[in-house]
Amino acid sequence: MPTDLLYGAEVVLNGLMSGVLYALVALGFVLIYKASGIFNFAQGVMALFAALTLVGIMEGQVPFSHLINAAFGTDIHHFGWHVPAVAAILLTLVVMVGFAYLVQRFVFRHLVGQEPIILFMATIGLAYFLEGMGDLMWGSEIKTLAVGLPQGGSIWVEENTQWMGFGNEDFYGFFIDKLDMVATVIAAILVLALIAFSQYTKQGRAMRAVADDHQAALSVGVSLNFIWILVWSLAGFVALVAGIMWGAKSGVQFSLSLIALKALPVLMLGGFTSIPGAIVGGLIIGVGEKLFEFSFGPMLGGATENWFAYVLALIFLVFRPQGLFGEKIIERV
Amino acid sequence: MLDQSEGYMTADGRQIGPVVMEMKNITLRFGGVEAIKDISFDIREGEVRAIIGPNGAGKSSMLNVISGFYVPQDGQVLYKGALRPPMRPYQVAQQGIARTFQNIALFEGMSVLDNVMTGRLTHMKTGMFAQALWKGRAEKEETENREVAEKIIDFLEIQAIRKTPVARLPYGLKKRVELARALAAEPSLLLLDEPMAGMNVEEKEDMSRFILSMNDEFGTTIALIEHDMGVVMDLSDRVVVMDYGKKIGDGTPDEVRNNQAVIDAYLGVAHDE
Repeated sequence: MPTDLLYGAEVVLNGLMSGVLYALVALGFVLIYKASGIFNFAQGVMALFAALTLVGIMEGQVPFSHLINAAFGTDIHHFGWHVPAVAAILLTLVVMVGFAYLVQRFVFRHLVGQEPIILFMATIGLAYFLEGMGDLMWGSEIKTLAVGLPQGGSIWVEENTQWMGFGNEDFYGFFIDKLDMVATVIAAILVLALIAFSQYTKQGRAMRAVADDHQAALSVGVSLNFIWILVWSLAGFVALVAGIMWGAKSGVQFSLSLIALKALPVLMLGGFTSIPGAIVGGLIIGVGEKLFEFSFGPMLGGATENWFAYVLALIFLVFRPQGLFGEKIIERV
Repeated sequence: MLDQSEGYMTADGRQIGPVVMEMKNITLRFGGVEAIKDISFDIREGEVRAIIGPNGAGKSSMLNVISGFYVPQDGQVLYKGALRPPMRPYQVAQQGIARTFQNIALFEGMSVLDNVMTGRLTHMKTGMFAQALWKGRAEKEETENREVAEKIIDFLEIQAIRKTPVARLPYGLKKRVELARALAAEPSLLLLDEPMAGMNVEEKEDMSRFILSMNDEFGTTIALIEHDMGVVMDLSDRVVVMDYGKKIGDGTPDEVRNNQAVIDAYLGVAHDE
């Protein structure tokens, strides 16, 4: 087998894996957008905040320690204990649910019935508020997130795919990051669980009802407020998972919030209202940008990954504005 | 009137029970406009109660007060004999008051069956964690709710479109699906806001038949708003007549028909009566 083809296949595999991470972030957007029509710009920052909180809790960091030290002249930073990963994840989840409640109670409850652009602006404000809050609570230095996820390339995969080279001496088997593999499995479980939740539970059914028609949902006894808190909590949960994956991959740093921007082209491809769309969109963007960089990057001076996704989304916007799976926009005159 | 145990027998031999919903001196204002002025009336168990009146009389506002979409500035709402505090619409629905809307509010993206199943939401007890942990009970509950939904779908003769997404249905069928969803809640009081608006004669006849047999077979208490005078007179046991936010008549169809104030305000100028 020719070396280029094998490399190409490896690029596609790695693209699929990074696409899963894009899809995870996009999923958080879709959840909130479907149920409340709010495009949540803060989704990326929520992932960052969740990851910061997780690290902070695990390492026994004192929240607001800089603030406390500045105000009282003390010098405390750590409680001096370490919380096991599972307990810390559960505690972080509690924090994210609390955040969902506060967002609904103090922001969006007062903005019911407002124009989408106003809701969008509110989420931008929320994004910066949350970023500042993360900084104030846990500090701005880059942290490593060690929740026990495997790191590095999988030797098992490499050894067991070597035969695919069919005697090609330059090929040592596919190189696939273990973390990416775990992320893929977790994302798949998460998506299946979300679909099962929305199809088969009372709250899931109520969630779909609210997503479809607010007035009708009220008339069958569904509390919009409760459903919105639930949806923001779910989005917080998805953000936590995305935050763990990205944090484990590249450290918990504030540039993490920028992955939200990569979710935009994913949503344009997949449609803002479709959970499967977010997954497929994420995979297409992931594979597309890796493959494009691999084939045309050297010709174009590299770093095409920075813009490829957006150009692809632009092309999609021209030909299929509702996305691959979005609800069809029919204008009747 | 205030005696809760009191009931009466209709001409066709149905037993009408005690008062289930009582509106006392309701006043509703929007800014400076009084949509409802000091209106009192009651709805009895097993009754078909109509609210009629010309356009802008405040009929829909009254229905919205009953279903919690509007909160009146003055007056009391007594439900099943107890004073009802101001409530959100979803809480009212949870208390067993179901409704349909004049402009149809359905879940357009869902199938007919799914829409009817949402009507069962107030009867679903098992929470999400219990559902995750205790699959058997959740499944049993789902089956029971499904049976009720299917029974109502059969009753309203919409079996053929069970799996069709609602968005694809014609207007008349949508009205019927909305009725099915409200009926699925097995309500103590069913509110219908112009159930026959915009329908042709045949569809109106179907709808009238459904309303009557619903009341007959399930004993559903119904309060409805309707423009078509002929229909109202045929369907209802008692009629409230409103005009410019005031109550100008209340009684059996015959009493209302012979009430001079009603004739002046409404019937005398109605074009189809």
